[in-house]
Amino acid sequence: MKNILKYLSLSLCASLVLTFIACDDDDDNAPAPIVMYEQEDHMARPAINTVFVSTGEKDMFNITAPSAQGPAFATKFNDKLLALNPGYTTNLLGLDAATFTSVLATDVLTASLTGPTTFYDGTNVLTGRKLDDDVITVELILIFGGPDAMSNPGLTDDNVSQNDKSFSDSFPYLASPH
Amino acid sequence: MKLRSNLKMLGLASVVIIAGAASYLIAADHIDAPAVTGTGSDITDFYAFQSPSNANNMVFVVNVQGLLAPAATAAASFDEEVMVEINIDNSSTKDNMEDLVIQATFSDGKVKVYGPSAPIEKGSTSTLITTAALEASITSYGSNPIIGESNGIKVFAGPRDDPFFFDLNQFKAIIGGTATSFNNPGSDTFAGTNVLSIVVEVPKSSLGSGSINAWATTNREL
Repeated sequence: MKNILKYLSLSLCASLVLTFIACDDDDDNAPAPIVMYEQEDHMARPAINTVFVSTGEKDMFNITAPSAQGPAFATKFNDKLLALNPGYTTNLLGLDAATFTSVLATDVLTASLTGPTTFYDGTNVLTGRKLDDDVITVELILIFGGPDAMSNPGLTDDNVSQNDKSFSDSFPYLASPH
Repeated sequence: MKLRSNLKMLGLASVVIIAGAASYLIAADHIDAPAVTGTGSDITDFYAFQSPSNANNMVFVVNVQGLLAPAATAAASFDEEVMVEINIDNSSTKDNMEDLVIQATFSDGKVKVYGPSAPIEKGSTSTLITTAALEASITSYGSNPIIGESNGIKVFAGPRDDPFFFDLNQFKAIIGGTATSFNNPGSDTFAGTNVLSIVVEVPKSSLGSGSINAWATTNREL
């Protein structure tokens, strides 16, 4: 009888191993179940999906892995950029439309581990995103400002350059809610 | 000046074409996801920056559920079936595949953080890392921030002021053809609104060297 129980226990263990990471004789230490998830939203650089993805494809963009976003969306981003700004030649980064939009279509946020982290601070470009970075104005300049940031002056700055509450230098950095 | 007037004309042409093409230009990511708008998995913003208080640390912020009015904030809560994931490509080639993930889940008033560690699988399906690195109580509306800390990792989860700022209303006016430029000064459409924030701070040494490519996702339990 004891042997049968032991055998049952072993075979149960063997079959459970497929679903659980480990089989544990100790009942008060139950193995953790495997919990799986399906992706619903994605974000990296601010406003990329909002600006460059057409209404009918926004959900698709949000569930596409970044490594697959470029091939699927670069041409569409290029078309969108030229629709937004038919006069686009290059921008302040010196990128022509195809180069600029192929960078944007792979929606990841590069962050430096060794230096200043900012969307753009006049010197460093796309080395992260700080809470107080004026990302919308940066993007308006890159989309509408031309090679010297001087084109379309009424469209390159929304003239809101800071948050309505101050940020803290200590964790968790964001301001208390209203 | 010919060049200048050409630019001016281009500017006007842009505005006209924007009116047709860019009703999608809304906000950071606040209103970009028709399938999840108004749900606990709607990301509004993602930030990655060096800790202002410790240059050896990196801070990630993921905000969800944007445009919360103050009166609605106390009742807002993280969706217990949604896992927030920060994906990190630290490869030298930057192939934009996640080499590390930081995962956050919410249940029974607590946030649990997993990682940073190699994902069990890559891509649009995710598996929860087996053992949590740390946890903290979710901060309730009106309370001081509750901070979890373990092994050099910190976490906060709870309502915060939306750190995003943008004159969305004037932009809509430009798009709608009732204005041709932004106002000066502009008016921050997100002033006075809140979000639910997850803030995680980790040692840079746990992320790699040089630089990373990062992105945030929300993922619903299957």
